[in-house]
Amino acid sequence: MKSLSILFFTMLLMPGISLADCLTRGTGDMGVIVERAAGSLKVVDTTHHNTLFQVEGLGDLSHASAVYSRDERYVYVFGRDGGLTKVDILCGRIVKRIIQGGNSIGGAISQDGSLIAVSNYKPGGVKIFSADDLSLIADIPATTVTDRDGNKKGSKTVGLVDAPDQRFVVSLYDSGESWIIDMSDPAKPAIQRFEDIGSLPYDGLITPNGRYYIAGLFGQDGLSLLDLWHPEKGTRLILDDYGRGQKKLPVYKMPHLEGWAMADDRAFLPAVGRHAVLVVDSKDWKEIKQIPVHGQPVFVMARPDGRQIWVNFAFPHNDTIQVIDTETLEIINTLKPGKGTLHMEFSPRGESVWISVRDKDEVQIYATRTQELTHRLPVDKPSGIFFTSRAHQTGL
Amino acid sequence: MKALSILLLVMPVVMTGTAVQAEIVPPRQAELLYLLKHDCGSCHGMRLEGGLGPALTPKRLQSWQAEQLAVTILHGRPGTPMPPWRPFFTDSEALWLAQQLKQGVQR
Repeated sequence: MKSLSILFFTMLLMPGISLADCLTRGTGDMGVIVERAAGSLKVVDTTHHNTLFQVEGLGDLSHASAVYSRDERYVYVFGRDGGLTKVDILCGRIVKRIIQGGNSIGGAISQDGSLIAVSNYKPGGVKIFSADDLSLIADIPATTVTDRDGNKKGSKTVGLVDAPDQRFVVSLYDSGESWIIDMSDPAKPAIQRFEDIGSLPYDGLITPNGRYYIAGLFGQDGLSLLDLWHPEKGTRLILDDYGRGQKKLPVYKMPHLEGWAMADDRAFLPAVGRHAVLVVDSKDWKEIKQIPVHGQPVFVMARPDGRQIWVNFAFPHNDTIQVIDTETLEIINTLKPGKGTLHMEFSPRGESVWISVRDKDEVQIYATRTQELTHRLPVDKPSGIFFTSRAHQTGL
Repeated sequence: MKALSILLLVMPVVMTGTAVQAEIVPPRQAELLYLLKHDCGSCHGMRLEGGLGPALTPKRLQSWQAEQLAVTILHGRPGTPMPPWRPFFTDSEALWLAQQLKQGVQR
């Protein structure tokens, strides 16, 4: 009966057919799951652990990410094919979809919710759109670099986040820079450039209070730190000796710096090319400990209360999750959700965590207190999971 | 059968008098293609149109021979994020994958 009504719904959502009913409810316990191979989304209910809608036609969603409008009704999905899609999660339909670039990697929504920024690998640079109708507001090209084949191209841009005072911060992979883009006057983007931040920044994150921006570096040990309260001080390298001369392992999947895994004054970060989670004191940015883990970490995520850190791993160790106690810094559990454990998302207050298990075509839901599996949801090749609670968090 | 005909096609180009490559059994072919799509795809894009790593389309790869590509797959590309896949592929599997890429895998 339920699946019949969903089917009926989907039929109504065909182009050219007028919309009958959208859901009448709040969206605070909703979210989306990316079906990376099919190019579709599942709109889910995190209270009842079920699927509300299937939304098709979002293009190439390998490596897709998403941000929410501040009313938590619309989700903006950034696809690998340069697609930017605005989806109404109450109606389960695409509101607007544009191809804004050749190859994109992620995006952010501005502090006031009016602007959507997208970072592009090709042609490089950042484009900024109206959150309302996705019309282009600003096109900011990246620094030109020469690649190994001698061709000139715009640097890839990575680690794009929103920051307070209507700013965005982004890093440039090829040219080793971080930029602050001030959009307080949308007609005149003001860019502050920080050069020589370190070799090959691959991703970035911002603290929940919007003060510190950190870019992870692939080309060397360490991370680049920018204090947005004092940009005049420039960036500085932190944890630059975490490898201590050991040879790096081959990296079969780049780590992600998403969200901010923090407990008390400790921040938890993935080490690149090492089987370790780095623990750093956020008062002086000195290393407290390296926690040896099962493989190379991809996502290092804190339960919303900061009591536990959940970690997943790169190929060939991507069948495992480890849970770290943030007080003792010990691993308290090792779970085996299955091959292709790609992403996790906590419910808003953290009683449960949803985990994408690509090769089983399912999302597994665990109770964080017991770390026991409580529900399974069939999802076609799931990757990113994004809940609406992100709408009100800087950097997400 | 298809793999064999591909091998025959590519052989004169890439193999100058070396031993004939071992046949990759179909279940392993499927595994390799799955890995190509999903794991190589995390950098090169699931449709192999590029990402952090370059596109792996036949057009982009036309100036390399399959054997050169197989070497890159097995040993990586120092100075870039491309890692060596030697622990996961045999020589003939890497060559087979390179041939698939040059021919254009179904995306």
